Amino acid sequence: MSGFLQAVITLTMVCYGLAMLLALCRALRGPTAQDRVLAIDFLTIVAMLLMLVVGIRYASDTYFEPALLLALFGFVSSTACAKFLLRGEVIE
Amino acid sequence: MNAADAPLWVEVLVALLLLVSAVMALTSAIGLVRLRDFFARMHMPALTATLGVWCVTLAAVVYFSALRQGLSLSYWLVSILMAITVPVTTVMLARAALFRLRGRHDPGIPPPVQARSVRAPDQAG
Repeated sequence: MSGFLQAVITLTMVCYGLAMLLALCRALRGPTAQDRVLAIDFLTIVAMLLMLVVGIRYASDTYFEPALLLALFGFVSSTACAKFLLRGEVIE
Repeated sequence: MNAADAPLWVEVLVALLLLVSAVMALTSAIGLVRLRDFFARMHMPALTATLGVWCVTLAAVVYFSALRQGLSLSYWLVSILMAITVPVTTVMLARAALFRLRGRHDPGIPPPVQARSVRAPDQAG
């Protein structure tokens, strides 16, 4: 891997970290509960992208399964939270 | 670690795709913080969930295919999974937000769809 691609990957990770910090700020401050759920859903998506980029950086397939698991758990947790906000219980 | 390097054009392509996804993630986060309304804020993660995810998975497919001298398509699975799951989450969150705002009689809620579709034939006639 050339130094050029390493520098770009570092820049991308810094951008992702900044985006996660901003989303965390919205999740802590959010006026309503649905704002917090939206921000945490976005947080898991960016964490999944970060896993994929780390996998490219180290040229290894190890980080593929964490990315898939983050996507799945983000979906399940956001859907459960939305269902709870809508109905007051998750499984009826 | 770098026993076999990828060719230069592959690295340039991967770098471009990663930069596009980084810009998308930053745009989404800034919009998430700065927009006023929840229904306006809801549009923002879609940028990352579509273009950001597609760019990163395409970069991974191109990079690993070039590195291993063969097609490695398993990274598409992530973008297919996101394409299936993100609309479900978005619709459920929007319905939950509408339900909660209507329960509080908030003045900022959008009008119901039913009233608009009833009024449409009057305007046509």
